Amino acid sequence: MADVTGTSPQTAQQVIDTYFMEHRAKLVDIAAYLDRIDRGQGEFPDDFRDVAFRKAIAILTDGQTHRAKRILELFSDHTTQIPQSAEGMKGAAGAVAFAATSSVEGDAS
Amino acid sequence: MKYIDPHIHMVSRTTDDYQRMAQAGCVAITEPAFWAGYDRSSAQGFFDYFRQLTEYEPKRAAAAGIQHFTWLCINPKEADDPGFAREVISLIPDFLNSKEGLFGGNVLGIGEIGLNKNTKNELIILEEQIELAETHNQMVLVHTPHLEDKLKGTRLIMDALSASSIDPGRILIDHVEEHTVAEVLDRGFWAGMTLYPDTKVTPQRAADIIEMYGNERIWMNSAGDWGCSDPLAVPKARLEMRRRGHSEDVIDKVTYDNPQTFLSQSPNFRLS
Repeated sequence: MADVTGTSPQTAQQVIDTYFMEHRAKLVDIAAYLDRIDRGQGEFPDDFRDVAFRKAIAILTDGQTHRAKRILELFSDHTTQIPQSAEGMKGAAGAVAFAATSSVEGDAS
Repeated sequence: MKYIDPHIHMVSRTTDDYQRMAQAGCVAITEPAFWAGYDRSSAQGFFDYFRQLTEYEPKRAAAAGIQHFTWLCINPKEADDPGFAREVISLIPDFLNSKEGLFGGNVLGIGEIGLNKNTKNELIILEEQIELAETHNQMVLVHTPHLEDKLKGTRLIMDALSASSIDPGRILIDHVEEHTVAEVLDRGFWAGMTLYPDTKVTPQRAADIIEMYGNERIWMNSAGDWGCSDPLAVPKARLEMRRRGHSEDVIDKVTYDNPQTFLSQSPNFRLS
């Protein structure tokens, strides 16, 4: 992957000054989301999206760059099969499973 | 300041969106044919849609002082039935050379073609629409799939395009993200970033991508449509870049100069 060191027009300190509050809120949102799952009733689900999500969180703290790219790759379909038709297929789920059990619709454009 | 939003679905937006965009500096938009949120029941439905894009919408835009251009195709989501898709494709040539509309012909090329669920049927129709562009010497605007299907779909699309004789410099591949942008640019295509809440790129990430991958052969657009989207996403991204200290030259390049350069390859694109 390309070396992107020093490509921001801001210093690292300026980046923190500019974006800390915004991303503090997003981080707390993720924490609250995980807490909400824990508080959910019934058995803890074996959901491929949740599995991928927690793997993605590990990428955030692995000390390597290109985190956004690597998380998007983690969520991507890497199979090479091409089905004949979309008939009966569900909408995009945002993560990959070979036996998808649920999905959400993607957007239009 | 002035900018071009090179991908927005104004048929799904209200007239006051045109007015707000004009107030924010928008001077021109291009509108690719897309999925309306439901599957059309006949090719005639597309004929009417193409007339809306080539005759009615340019007048609505002009009332706000914005020039309107368009791209025609059958979108990938409705292209999974090859027979139906071919009926729609057969309608397109007459529109390519039409001089209807306020400025004469406003069709810039074939788009937004691509893949949705990465199926063989979609791929067949993609190849036939690439051939349509080849035959009529048209530029191409490409839709790439969403979410988990994007990486695989983008590569399939690029392979299909590379098998044609169309110069990659006349093709823009839209909805790139961090995991697809480098490959798109490396293969000689133009890249589009779509600023779309929740599922695509935020203004912050668009600025990140420009910082990491450069400002050549790249633009940004709102792809505003009937979903959760923002017709003012491009001017908001300009503000984001300015906040970080990017020069006005760079900001203008990715939001005005680059779209103008790419689109001007079509004889129908003329800014007044």
